Amino acid sequence: MKFEGTERYIATEDLQVAVNAAITLEKPLLIKGEPGTGKTMLAHEVAAALNLPLITWYVKSTTTAQQGLYEYDAVSRLRDSQLGDPKVKEVKNYIRPGILWKAFTAPSPTVLLIDEIDKADIEFPNDLLLELDRMEFYVYETEETIKAENRPIVVVTSNNEKELPDAFLRRCFFHYISFPDKDTMKQIINVHYPNLHETLLKEAMEVFFQFREIQGLKKRPSTSELLDWIKLLMTENIPAEYLANVDLSKELPPLYGAMLKNEQDIHAFERLRFMQRRV
Amino acid sequence: MFVDFFESLRDVGVPVTLREYLGFLGALEKRVIPPEADAFYYLARTALVKDERFFDAFDKAFAHFFKGAEKFFVLGIDEIPPEWLNGPLKRIFSEEELERIMGKGGWQALLAAMQKLREEQQGRHEGGNRYIGTGGTSPYGQGGQARDGAKVGDEEAEERKKRGIRAWEKREYKQLAKDVTINTRNIKLALKRLRRFTREGVPDELDIDGTIRETARNGAMFDVEMRPQRKNRVKVLLMFDIGGSMTPHVKRCEQLFYSSRTEFKNLETFYFHNCIYENLWRDDSRWGDKIKTYDILHKYNSDYRVIIVGDASMSPYEVLQVGGSVDHFNDEPGMNWLLRLKESFPHLVWLNPEPQDQWEYVESINMIRGLFDNRMYPLTLDGLHQAMTLLRRSAHTPTLVPH
Repeated sequence: MKFEGTERYIATEDLQVAVNAAITLEKPLLIKGEPGTGKTMLAHEVAAALNLPLITWYVKSTTTAQQGLYEYDAVSRLRDSQLGDPKVKEVKNYIRPGILWKAFTAPSPTVLLIDEIDKADIEFPNDLLLELDRMEFYVYETEETIKAENRPIVVVTSNNEKELPDAFLRRCFFHYISFPDKDTMKQIINVHYPNLHETLLKEAMEVFFQFREIQGLKKRPSTSELLDWIKLLMTENIPAEYLANVDLSKELPPLYGAMLKNEQDIHAFERLRFMQRRV
Repeated sequence: MFVDFFESLRDVGVPVTLREYLGFLGALEKRVIPPEADAFYYLARTALVKDERFFDAFDKAFAHFFKGAEKFFVLGIDEIPPEWLNGPLKRIFSEEELERIMGKGGWQALLAAMQKLREEQQGRHEGGNRYIGTGGTSPYGQGGQARDGAKVGDEEAEERKKRGIRAWEKREYKQLAKDVTINTRNIKLALKRLRRFTREGVPDELDIDGTIRETARNGAMFDVEMRPQRKNRVKVLLMFDIGGSMTPHVKRCEQLFYSSRTEFKNLETFYFHNCIYENLWRDDSRWGDKIKTYDILHKYNSDYRVIIVGDASMSPYEVLQVGGSVDHFNDEPGMNWLLRLKESFPHLVWLNPEPQDQWEYVESINMIRGLFDNRMYPLTLDGLHQAMTLLRRSAHTPTLVPH
């Protein structure tokens, strides 16, 4: 099993090394990087490339580690006991397997994506240490141990909202997806829009990289914003010559809404333009 | 195999542990990578470094350690000559040299010392024994006589072998000096102590114990009990001294600010300069709207926790005198306002970023500390823990003396 990117996903060499090391050594791979550089996509593409099913655990601020293992539905059991349902004798009937349970007991190896782990409580990663390390956990209600028959390939993404505990970090391989350079960016666009006209590509990238240079943006546009924007440019049939004449110090580029996501950034841009005009 | 590399990583401040090192060796053993220098570098980085902030330090240590080793990759990892694996450091430096470097506290100490010098030094030096220059006996610079030195700037590779720790060329070494003892994560853990969980509001959570109790009472007929969710409802007012003497502490204050913002839902932040007077600011530039301190005293009730962050280092007049403030004419001495705050908010602490052992030498710190009954703590992890523990305690109720 070796990951080399897919036809829709360009993986740089350092990313390939990180993924393959994590697969071979059966350790979780922690992925960080600017928003929109393809962290979540990576797990999807690893699964596609290796032809394995993908199981995703979207972490929210209220997610607890226990939910990933299993939940005991005491309320239904109570209700069933009122109704005299025979199911009530077996506690097993009220244990709801969580995502980790499903990944551990899947008939084939899977890719397990734990998405945005930093959204959860600060102790959340610590509560999963043993489970991810040994790939097993204990169910108290039924007194059984759930053990992974096929160790899943674990991909964890983080947006750096919270710092992760050292003990957790030590058990992972780590990769930081840096913002792609111009050549990589070209390859990325090519796999997404193979029929894009060369000059439009050149002009769009020109405008985009200038755009990223603007100081003081809250959210700098990233790969996914560029892809959206190019798609819009294509559907709206904006000619390359028009883009070539866009002067960022005077105006916003056409369809800028795909790249600027909040009104503060639009204000920041306008302010900058205003200042430049005065000079 | 790469024990020396492992240790040099630790020396430059990359927090790598044995566990990660073993993982790295495991990956090499399983031949995860082809025998190429680039892949080797990527593997080492993914296995040993867990935070992009340390990439720069890692790159430096890597370049430093594996300089000239690229050619061995042609041979493949198995055929690497043993003397190279035994540590290029030893090939480059004599035992004696290594000992001297360690004697100075290692690479990191050398870097820190050098950075300090760079800040002091203005212009070029030659033949000196202190500053960064050429041909002298200072440990920093090029072509000098000091043996345990750091070299600055590029030179012929052969020349490098003779003296000095390998050079870096215009590296951003400021990251190395980063203070890892206090970061947003451990600040948050400290702030966690201040959580006050209460159940208020809409009952939207099933109360299992209550349901069972009520059901049993009801003769086993199902009776669902609901209750409000448990939430952290601690209320915090944060007041920052800003500008002037606080500049060196900006980073720690920012970390505290960001950590508190995510930790406390009910958080209000205000800014002041040196001492608190009749007005406070909402905006950290102290330009925008002023808010009357009286309004704050009246608006927020006494169960708010107040955290004041400031170095409390000023002229005593700023605390004691009418008109003593540095940027306006104050009708009342700052002391009055501090006492009013103390009276309105029984849960109040002052966090001081100045090192605690300096406090006794600054008159205004002693004064303010006295005003607040010693409720001043250093802005360190330990200080934060103490301060939060104090704030957590239920109201500082004055003992009632019977008449």
